[in-house]
Amino acid sequence: MAGKLRTESAFANPDDFYDALIAAHRDLSEAQSAELNAKLILLMANHIGDLDVIREALAAAREGL
Amino acid sequence: MIAAVASYVYPVFEYRRCADHGLTRRAHHPVVVVGGGMVGLTAALDLAQRGVRVVVIDDDATVSTGSRSICQAKRSLEIWDRLGCAEPMMAKGVTWQVGRVFWRDREVYKFDLLPEGGQRFPAFINLQQYYVEQFLVERLQETRGVELRWKNKLIGLVPRADCVCLTIETPDGPYEIDADWVIAADGARSTARRLLGLDFKGRVFEDRFLIADIRMDTPPFGRTGPTERLFWFDPPFHKGDSALLHRQADNVYRVDFQLGPTADPDLERQPERVIPRLRAMLGDDAKFDCEWLSVYTFQCRRLDRFRHGRVIFAGDAAHQVSPFGARGGNSGIQDADNLCWKLALVMEGLAPERLLDSYDEERGHAADENVLITTRSVDFMTPRGATTRAFRDAVLKLAATHPFARRLVNSGRLSVATALAASSLNTPDEPGFAPAMAPGTAAIDAPVRIGNRAGWLLEMLRGGFQALYFAGAPLPPPHAAALRELRTAPVPVHVLAIVGPAAASVPDMPTIVDAEGLVAKRYDARPGTCYLFRPDQHVLARWRRFDPGMIATALHRAVGHA
Repeated sequence: MAGKLRTESAFANPDDFYDALIAAHRDLSEAQSAELNAKLILLMANHIGDLDVIREALAAAREGL
Repeated sequence: MIAAVASYVYPVFEYRRCADHGLTRRAHHPVVVVGGGMVGLTAALDLAQRGVRVVVIDDDATVSTGSRSICQAKRSLEIWDRLGCAEPMMAKGVTWQVGRVFWRDREVYKFDLLPEGGQRFPAFINLQQYYVEQFLVERLQETRGVELRWKNKLIGLVPRADCVCLTIETPDGPYEIDADWVIAADGARSTARRLLGLDFKGRVFEDRFLIADIRMDTPPFGRTGPTERLFWFDPPFHKGDSALLHRQADNVYRVDFQLGPTADPDLERQPERVIPRLRAMLGDDAKFDCEWLSVYTFQCRRLDRFRHGRVIFAGDAAHQVSPFGARGGNSGIQDADNLCWKLALVMEGLAPERLLDSYDEERGHAADENVLITTRSVDFMTPRGATTRAFRDAVLKLAATHPFARRLVNSGRLSVATALAASSLNTPDEPGFAPAMAPGTAAIDAPVRIGNRAGWLLEMLRGGFQALYFAGAPLPPPHAAALRELRTAPVPVHVLAIVGPAAASVPDMPTIVDAEGLVAKRYDARPGTCYLFRPDQHVLARWRRFDPGMIATALHRAVGHA
């Protein structure tokens, strides 16, 4: 069954996204980074707003753990 | 000796030797309610008002002692109003509808449980359980057909095919009786459950909580406005854990402190430990007296089935949830409301016994929902591990600035009437209706005019099957014969018409007036729309036209014939 989670590359310039992600964590302590990640996940999840997509993403992220 | 609190004088109900002692042939009773708590008393009242004779046995001789339920929900008040005892509760209770949630030193979220007015009862009143039980007992004492037997303790319960044999211990020794039906409403440590050897499984939560009910004549924090529920995550006065402050009757305040899993319950309930915690919260100059201190843990669990032949479980005896959400007592009241009309119909021979299985179906669903919702609240309030806590704190931090995060803040999702959307008693909904009042939903109240006085829609739904017909030009052809047939059937349906302020009454139907248009709005009604309500005020069916044949079919299904 085809899922709703898009896994092909979505960014016009993927390197810009990755750089922005890493840059956001620069100079942060481990605890601050954990806080940033938690907020980021919540903000993005709400933006997606589709629990089917999010469940698929959660399952994909758990693979191999 | 009764442990008293300073603000309340416990009534002592007199033990009387009953007539069932020492008979050569056991006395036989139609219904025995085990447990004179809020659920058992409500069930007894409901049954008695349906003409069923009831014996209530309780091992104590007073109302509930100490700190129990305080938040009585709108749905419970509506049920008690139907039973004629909501007025003293409203007069004594503290009305509220707004809750505020704080994280550390700032407010992050405010919720209003009844943003839309135009209903007779508020979202909640806070009223100590001992008052609720006292008012129920007072109502029962003026009700025919009920016998309250205090200091009567259940010690034996033997189900037979055609009755249940109970052995009851009293100050005059034991006696035995037979009952056609037993309602086991004897609480979380139910004796009836133990005597039947039933499993009561679920999840035990590790965290300990401290309850302090304190008397305080000056409102804390200078809060002289309307009563609000105050809840803190990680406040400066109780770092790392949560706290709750909520006003009850008699200027008694419920304070609840999360203590964590390692707290020593015997130590933590000592005044010398509790008072500094209260001072840290309320300020050094706050004046208060402690009425009740206890340390508790809680569990979420339920019986697999609520009906075991002729023994039917209700309230905490059937299911237990965490206290955050006021879903314990209030769901027990909904149990009684759901069960009693069904039991009365079965006892009168007007419905098959399997109607009682719908009690298990419907209230089992409600229990599952309450367990799920309260478990989620506890998981939010007691994060385990650094990552879980990081998510929880991130929600609280984002809530101050991002609306979506406010809806994730969970300090308890407060009790509402459970919608019985999947019930086998419902008639499938017609397309084209707004979903709010779909079959299974508890009727929502609205202001109406009844004759020359202002009244409420729920006043008109008084314990039988009731159809509500939204009239309007053009009037339907008269259905006088069909209406009479519905009204005089063994299980009667009364039809009530509701019209707009300017319209004329409907021939052959008692008519009320939708004075503010709120009934039509809330029920998504158009001229011709017809709703059918159950005796417990839940919607059974709705149509866009009035058809006595469809009403009769829906009724047939609703009493368990489908």
